[in-house]
Amino acid sequence: MQRIGVFVCHCGSNIAATVDVKKVVEMVKTEPGVIHAEDYQYMCSEAGQAKIIEAVKEHKLNGLVVCSCSPRMHEATFRKCAERAGINPYMVEIANIREHCSWIHKDMDEATEKAVILARAAIAKVNLNAPLQAGESGVVKRALVIGGGIAGIQTALDIADAGFPVDIVEKEPSIGGRMSQLDKTFPTLDCSACILTPKMVEAAAHPNITIHTYSEVENVSGFVGNFTVEIRKKARSIDMDKCTGCGLCQEKCPMKKTPSEFNRGLGNRSAIYTPFAQAIPNVPVIDRNACLKFKTGKCGICSTVCAAGAIDYTQVDTMVTEKYGAIVVATGFDMIKLDKYDEYAYSQSKDVITSLELERVMNAAGPTKGHLERLSDGKAPKEIVFIQCVGSRCADGRGKGYCSKICCMYTAKHAMLIRDKYPDVNVTVFYIDVRTPGKNFDEFYRRAVENYGVNYVKGQVGKVIPQPDGKLLVQGVDLIDNKQILKEADMVVLAAAIEPNPDVRKIATMLTASIDNDNFLTEAHAKLRPVESPTAGIFLSGVCQGPKDIPETVAQAGAAAVKAIGLLAKDKLMTNPCTAKSDELLCNGCSKCANVCPYGAISYEVKEINDHGIRETRRVAQVNNALCQGCGACTVACPSGAMDLQGFSNRQIIAEVDAICR
Amino acid sequence: MPINKEFKPKIVAFCCNWCSYAGADLAGSSRLAYPADVKIIKVPCSCRVNPMFILRAFEKGADGVIMCGCHPGDCHYSTGNYYARRRMTLLFSMLDYMGVENGRTRVEWVSAAEGVKFSTTMNEFVEKIYSLGENVRLGDLRCKK
Repeated sequence: MQRIGVFVCHCGSNIAATVDVKKVVEMVKTEPGVIHAEDYQYMCSEAGQAKIIEAVKEHKLNGLVVCSCSPRMHEATFRKCAERAGINPYMVEIANIREHCSWIHKDMDEATEKAVILARAAIAKVNLNAPLQAGESGVVKRALVIGGGIAGIQTALDIADAGFPVDIVEKEPSIGGRMSQLDKTFPTLDCSACILTPKMVEAAAHPNITIHTYSEVENVSGFVGNFTVEIRKKARSIDMDKCTGCGLCQEKCPMKKTPSEFNRGLGNRSAIYTPFAQAIPNVPVIDRNACLKFKTGKCGICSTVCAAGAIDYTQVDTMVTEKYGAIVVATGFDMIKLDKYDEYAYSQSKDVITSLELERVMNAAGPTKGHLERLSDGKAPKEIVFIQCVGSRCADGRGKGYCSKICCMYTAKHAMLIRDKYPDVNVTVFYIDVRTPGKNFDEFYRRAVENYGVNYVKGQVGKVIPQPDGKLLVQGVDLIDNKQILKEADMVVLAAAIEPNPDVRKIATMLTASIDNDNFLTEAHAKLRPVESPTAGIFLSGVCQGPKDIPETVAQAGAAAVKAIGLLAKDKLMTNPCTAKSDELLCNGCSKCANVCPYGAISYEVKEINDHGIRETRRVAQVNNALCQGCGACTVACPSGAMDLQGFSNRQIIAEVDAICR
Repeated sequence: MPINKEFKPKIVAFCCNWCSYAGADLAGSSRLAYPADVKIIKVPCSCRVNPMFILRAFEKGADGVIMCGCHPGDCHYSTGNYYARRRMTLLFSMLDYMGVENGRTRVEWVSAAEGVKFSTTMNEFVEKIYSLGENVRLGDLRCKK
């Protein structure tokens, strides 16, 4: 039996308003092992922790139960507190009487009764806790960044500047990501390429950064400080060392009718291509699905014209295996598909485009060389309608429930740029709300309205109807004047919702990182740990965690880098001591545990066992504590009950069950 | 069966640390109520739930046991919930055969982001247990007053 102290937290009024904390203290005093019980307003505060330390000293306690918020919040705090008080940190159990009790129940008697039961379960568990010692593991001082957009580039630069080697894995032929597709950026209206390309060059030239483009992460194993990652480098069909980036191959390629992904399908590219002129690396790839040589065996013009002899049709995918201490996910976003929003006639008219397509149209390097024109007939538009929240804030299940956050600002930017360059073009924006929080953001939006005469209409558009004369009839509503609006437009621009990159779920599964229903990666704590995944050693950068604009993305990329640097700077990490342990007297070496272990942590050893005075040589299971992650699969698979999990032992869990069902 | 108004079911919920426990936390921080009859036990992974724990709960007078884990494919330990799923399928069919109706046992996958699902699942489950009434099978007579 332990000497247990129970500490009940009021959490201000968060717990105390629904749970009678004094009664909980009284009720638990009679529980077996409880020597001391008290309550305090904020147990996690310095004063609260001092009370715990004092009580440990005064009553010679060796086990603690803290009835407070979720262990996901403050278990670490109270374990450190226990350590300071001189007892083993794993002699602490948390009874979650906030998230699992006071916050979800209204009736005080009911909530108090439940809090007592939860406390009892924790007390019963602590009575069976044993001191555990955390082991140590090393840290591979190298980071992996998945995704080479602005988030990935910034994170990699920050980590590399701190002196650690970083690898960027980018699936496209060039780094740059979405930002490289943009024309101008809000709220400063500086050109996107002008601020991005220097960073791309810096990353490429940095001695600590290795860039794997046209590559994908294929497999991840290991754990914090020691991940092993397999990277597939897709066959580029070009020898990267020989290519000089002269571009002659692209010029001479006869297959020039492939839709350019970079231009969102609005222009064409050749089968051998770099996505854009400032691509890094400036080495093309051959799209084998489009290339005549690969399709028919004839052609080979690129090989003939290449003076460097860099074309290699026989190249195959290669696998690179590398070890990393930290992994940063920066997989970014894409626009949603608009097939469920056909009322806006996106599939019916070339003149209905998404905002990202408009970026390409307005970009001097884009399909129209920066001239604003209708994509159907090349005529200059006179009337442009922007429709906001297409698929964002969508409660009907067709689109996304969340706000995409960036659309209000980029639409104001588009409207302003159009009115500035083409003052005779009328611009109308249909919006639900205009959301412009951010430094200099609202001023920017007001400039669009006040100085540039952009016509903002509060209301949604029900339908866009293509007319026989090529115009688009926009049917909307003005909620402020409460009237229907019918407007003829030459172009309609849809602010389509953004969604996480479709590949992110696959990557999250490989990393065992949590992901939400919208495919955004979940952070360890919404407020206090926004750039860390709950899975140790995995960090989140950019839109993979939630919608963000460029300034926020860069800020988060820096934060993720700092967290990764903090990890890489350590020489040793404490490992989770809640690992499996086999009782050699009970083990008969059947191998069932090793079969279910996902980490290969269990091996077998032939050992001489002293079984109650009988000496015999048997094969018994051995757990490698450095590999075991403490899932407990083996404990249930073991037919003889020899395998148990420290910190979550059979006896401990049964004690909790008994306490709850008492 | 007449509904016993005095009946306060005992319900044990096993939740994995990575998904469902966090889902329950999210239900809490979103103030999504469910009945106080549900008491959660944290386990590292749904595969840590030994069928023995569930039998023990019924023996000690539990009226329902629910196990929640990460969605298939999303297990923090890669494969744990697959083992849990198979084990529970077998156990629940055996329990049903023994007279502990299928409605008293449930497996649900709740991710860390599904506070709403956690709450609705618990509400449904508790309602089901109320409709089934007290569990009279498997209980150790020595545990009864």
